[in-house]
Amino acid sequence: MTSKNWFEKNVQHVFTLPAVVFVLLMVIFPLGYTLVLSLRNWNLTIFAPPSWIWLQNYVQLLGDLRFWAATLRTLAYSFSAVLFEVILGVSVALFLNREFVGKNLTKTLFLLPMVATPVAIGMVWLLMYEPSIGLANHLLKSVGLPPQSWLTSRKSVLASLVLIDVWQWTPIIILITLAGLATLPTEPYDSAKIDGANRFQILTRITLPLVLPTVTIGVLIRIIDALKTYDIIYATTQGGPGEASETLNILGYVLGFSYFNLGKGSALIVLFLAVVTVVSLGVLALRNRINSLVN
Amino acid sequence: MRIARMLLCAVVLSVLVAGSIVAGGQGEAAKSGKPFDGVSIRAVFPVHPWTDGVKKLLPEFADSTGMKVLIDEYGTDQMSNKIAVEFAAKSSSMDVLYVRPLNETKLFGKNNWTEDLSKYVKTDAAFDLPDFVDSTIQGLTYEGKLIGLPTTTERQILYYRKDVLAKAGVAVPKTLDELRQVAAKVNDPANGFYGMVSRGKKNILITQFSSYLHSFGGEFNEGDTAVLDTPEAIAAFKYYSDLLRNYGPPGIVNFSWPEAAALMAQGKVAMFTDADAIYLNVVAPDKSTVGDKIGFAVFPAGPAGSKPFNVCSGGVGMSSFSKQKDAAAAFLKWVAGKDVVMRLQVEGNSGARKSVWANPDSTKSWPADLVATINQSNQLGVGWDRPRVINVAEARDIISEPLLVGFEGGDVTAAVKATQAKFQALIDREKK
Repeated sequence: MTSKNWFEKNVQHVFTLPAVVFVLLMVIFPLGYTLVLSLRNWNLTIFAPPSWIWLQNYVQLLGDLRFWAATLRTLAYSFSAVLFEVILGVSVALFLNREFVGKNLTKTLFLLPMVATPVAIGMVWLLMYEPSIGLANHLLKSVGLPPQSWLTSRKSVLASLVLIDVWQWTPIIILITLAGLATLPTEPYDSAKIDGANRFQILTRITLPLVLPTVTIGVLIRIIDALKTYDIIYATTQGGPGEASETLNILGYVLGFSYFNLGKGSALIVLFLAVVTVVSLGVLALRNRINSLVN
Repeated sequence: MRIARMLLCAVVLSVLVAGSIVAGGQGEAAKSGKPFDGVSIRAVFPVHPWTDGVKKLLPEFADSTGMKVLIDEYGTDQMSNKIAVEFAAKSSSMDVLYVRPLNETKLFGKNNWTEDLSKYVKTDAAFDLPDFVDSTIQGLTYEGKLIGLPTTTERQILYYRKDVLAKAGVAVPKTLDELRQVAAKVNDPANGFYGMVSRGKKNILITQFSSYLHSFGGEFNEGDTAVLDTPEAIAAFKYYSDLLRNYGPPGIVNFSWPEAAALMAQGKVAMFTDADAIYLNVVAPDKSTVGDKIGFAVFPAGPAGSKPFNVCSGGVGMSSFSKQKDAAAAFLKWVAGKDVVMRLQVEGNSGARKSVWANPDSTKSWPADLVATINQSNQLGVGWDRPRVINVAEARDIISEPLLVGFEGGDVTAAVKATQAKFQALIDREKK
């Protein structure tokens, strides 16, 4: 009897135990190991056994202009990409939020970029951006604009990458916004119509404020994802020309697997995690603020 | 309907049973004659004409030994990263790997990541070590340990379009000044045709730039001193970046050798400097539309003469963590053996065996001007094509900067000064 009682009392722990063990093994351990590595001097090209150097890796990184440049680049890339994605995504969602023939087909087509393999997307855009035979310059020339160097110039490479990100990820904002729009109550619209509000007023005073909490969730998901972008950048420029598109993730890879400095690479990843956490907390705070305003 | 389904089942079953009997029979027959029947090893190799050649010959090897060789192919950089990561993880799944002597002999040797091949070579005369070109063995030896067996040798040469130069009424450039003049004369970007192409991508371009640097009388470092800011080196940085900015294709910063060779093979450029080892990518009929119009010449002379690199660019080694060392050794013996090297060389892959080079049949099918160019380059060549430090990848990244600045029309001299300091700091760090 006692054993049954124990089981019944602790049934929630027993059933959740496998999941907890899984998380510990697959999330906490790698994270903890990275943290340990970041405090050690483990460089495959130095040949000395790894030694404890505590915060030296961090001190070196924080004193390195290359690290700060990569941080700024990562933030600039993520925020500008997400900004455009939100403006475009919400606009398209508002446009699609009505009944018309072929609505489902249109929605499906918009989702295609999102489900394609990032490396394949990278290769396709690399060809389109090709300065002499690429589609992008061909289009520019056909409307009388001068050709651009796109991914091959330090000045334009980041903007060109943002364009790929916007192309690929605007659909998820569309999708989330559409879901939010579908759940809006009808009462505010009825009263607005009775009060004589015009369509623009309905949009800015009712629809947008009501859908804003949903959009911020989309922003949160996207900003975390954009900060971590690796595949598209590696497939197109590998961080080049020079270091002009080297984000924190790319720099982490270079330090760890090209310069074989595993300690410093790990320290960078820990700092990167801190950046992502700070940005996410910021967006969450913003969301709470919006929620309380709306309510 | 039901009968039809039963019949179908019966047919499928009988085919399966018959198949397994046949397969089983084959297996047993093989067991008696083939030493490595059922053994499967994994090799990590670069995307390279040499790898293509090896892959073509593999079925023969499988037939005679019963061994299956799985080849993972990566771009050179990714391959090196992949190999180092597998070593650091002490992975036993990689048995055989490609070594780039100038980048990795020291790294692999000091870490004891590769098996010392001396013991295999000493006990089996079939390896015939003295038959390898001496310098290539030196490049793959670290403190008496043989890291790998040399497989490929390369020299930087000039590829040019015979028809384009003839039409423009100019001779094949013999000096770097002439090279620039010819490039300027035939450059026609309005029609998508360029005078010159060579590597422009960060890090990867350093080996190709080395021949220009050396021909100008410059050097990366002399011992523990970085010497990038000598007048000779600065002139070379300026020359290379100006040449490609003015007469090269747009987007040169994204050009590694596959892009540059493809541009040459598609008839879009008049001249190209890179290793002779990739000449098949430029002239082979399945890859090139202008293969029959391409000529080969010795690297043009700069103020310090013609100093192309002449290096052993690759070898094959065995992982210390492999659990199938005998099988791996048998594969190495085969792939670096005289027969395979001869047959690969006949197909255009320059090997490292003296006996094969001495046999005129080995280069019979090669373009005559290429063979003459190689023979001449062998006399002139410099034995290294990258900075001789431990952290080669990082050094190559650093030294790329003035060239990238030059490609954008920036101040090369100022960039060289900054780069010199960074490179010296790297060397100082290594001394500690």
